[in-house]
Amino acid sequence: MKTLKFLLRKEFRQIFRDPAIIRLILIMPVIQLMVLPWAADYEIKNIKLAVVDQDHSEYSRKLINKVTSSGYFLLTDYTSSYEHSLEKVELDKADLILQIPAHFEKDIVKENEAKLFMALNAINGVNANLGSAYLRTIIQDFNREIRTEWIQFPRFSPETQIEVTESNWFNPLMNYKYFMVPGILVILLTMVGTNLTAINIVKEKEIGTIEQINVTPIKKHHFILGKLIPFWLIGLVVLTIGLFISRVAYGIIPAGSFLTIYLFAAVYLFAVLGLGLLISTYSVNQQQATLLSFFLMMIFILLGGLYTSIDSMPEWAKWITRFNPVSYFIEVMRMVVLKGSGIADIKKHFMIMGGFAVVLNTWAILNYRKRS
Amino acid sequence: MQNEKVITVNKLTKKFGDFTAVDHISFDVFKGEIFGFLGANGAGKTTAMRMLCGLLFPSSGEATVAGYDVYKENEKIKKSIGYMSQKFSLYEDLTVKENMQFYGGIYHMTEKYIKEKTATILKQLHLEKEGNLLVKSLPLGWKQKLAFAVSIFHEPGIVFLDEPTGGVDPVTRREFWNMIYEASDRGTTIFVTTHYMDEAEYCNRVTIMVDGRIDALDTPSNLKKNYNASSMDEVFLILARKAVRAAD
Repeated sequence: MKTLKFLLRKEFRQIFRDPAIIRLILIMPVIQLMVLPWAADYEIKNIKLAVVDQDHSEYSRKLINKVTSSGYFLLTDYTSSYEHSLEKVELDKADLILQIPAHFEKDIVKENEAKLFMALNAINGVNANLGSAYLRTIIQDFNREIRTEWIQFPRFSPETQIEVTESNWFNPLMNYKYFMVPGILVILLTMVGTNLTAINIVKEKEIGTIEQINVTPIKKHHFILGKLIPFWLIGLVVLTIGLFISRVAYGIIPAGSFLTIYLFAAVYLFAVLGLGLLISTYSVNQQQATLLSFFLMMIFILLGGLYTSIDSMPEWAKWITRFNPVSYFIEVMRMVVLKGSGIADIKKHFMIMGGFAVVLNTWAILNYRKRS
Repeated sequence: MQNEKVITVNKLTKKFGDFTAVDHISFDVFKGEIFGFLGANGAGKTTAMRMLCGLLFPSSGEATVAGYDVYKENEKIKKSIGYMSQKFSLYEDLTVKENMQFYGGIYHMTEKYIKEKTATILKQLHLEKEGNLLVKSLPLGWKQKLAFAVSIFHEPGIVFLDEPTGGVDPVTRREFWNMIYEASDRGTTIFVTTHYMDEAEYCNRVTIMVDGRIDALDTPSNLKKNYNASSMDEVFLILARKAVRAAD
């Protein structure tokens, strides 16, 4: 225990003497949480729309008006030639073509049915998909409006329509920031935990002080605890800063308790610190450690359910996410923050995360050798 | 010189793949002596020393340090030795006093004792004023003396010094050797590698390693006599010319 005291004192002195680390701890969460949620927006706006109007009727004008007033689309081209609008797509001046054929109005009035044509520039798949979905919704809306106009004419019996109404549970306004911010916070904690630990230990290897440590009778677990505890505390500080920013900047108040978040974070941090430790035992210099943790971080983030839903991933990818500690914490954060889940609800997550912590740290301790 | 053996080495060998870095070396070191370990770069000095300090597993052979077996009791060895590596290894971002406190603490010394001992050492080194300076702000010569002081801070019976005076000016080297003599007078066994031949003259006995083997082991004066040389430099050149291994 006394050895640990000397080790911790040394680590804290070194950490607080390194302005880069202090800056990283304080500024990284602020920037990531203040900037990223605004940029990493799921809503797509400013979709460039080219309209091919071959009808030039009152209805076609009404439809165009409705589409452009939705705010999602920018009318970049208005023409009566499909070829012309396709050129615009080729020049990247349009993402979406809406073609209103001739006799559009006539067909609606006479045949009670009309066809529209939509062409998508699928190079940006997300833009194309969401754009067409928005456009479809607007057209449906338009359809309903003109039908309501017609109800007064008894000649047309309004079609039976099934209307679906939705209510978004747990995030009623579908505010994506409620969804993104807790996730970004998890990524932050993971980066701080893994990178700082890995680089700290590898730095001792690089400058040779680790050899001086290895030639002392120091116990392996003392040395490792001396490294883990400071970064564990730093992780909790980062979490606190992050939760504070979520509250102040985005008004996110967890529906569940802070205690649940902190308890889970405490276990989670031991797991990611163990990972950092493990990376350090496999690297001889800081470049290797940085690249290795960067490689893992990419996988963790992209397969963590932050940007894309794990449920819609292919089976093999879902299988990988089960070995990704980030995916569990993101899920827990969302459950606690949005749904108000308590400890009992995330018991399974606790157990799995505890498993991660034990396995990663044991592996790291076994792989850390005082003698080569 | 007492005849109590504190280091015994018998056919100790270290192979890295096909390469035999240390090739069946055997020698004994007696309590309180200054034992010089000479050799060109790449002769295997550091590898041999690292095996004795419990930093490296030997491939074969036997060795004991302070009565403990290097294979099984390496952690016990570590309690009885001090080590100063070729690479400067104090924490540059800690002060002189903080480094001493840290290393003293690791060896289970009490805070009070560490404090007293730190004051004594700083006085001996004439570094009283520099005690609260970060190590990185000190000149190299001072750092090396400090590293030595830290390596014997916990008062080990044996201290291993791996090229402790590399890159240090002649005046500081002289001072450094005075420190070594003082430690030796207190009964500490000194095991030192060097490739400065004038330093070899300061040792009680020296071994000269060539290509992983020990080619000579005796007092400096006997070596000079046997090789009919006027200085250790000559002895070394006679032996080292036989080397086939390229220096690193």
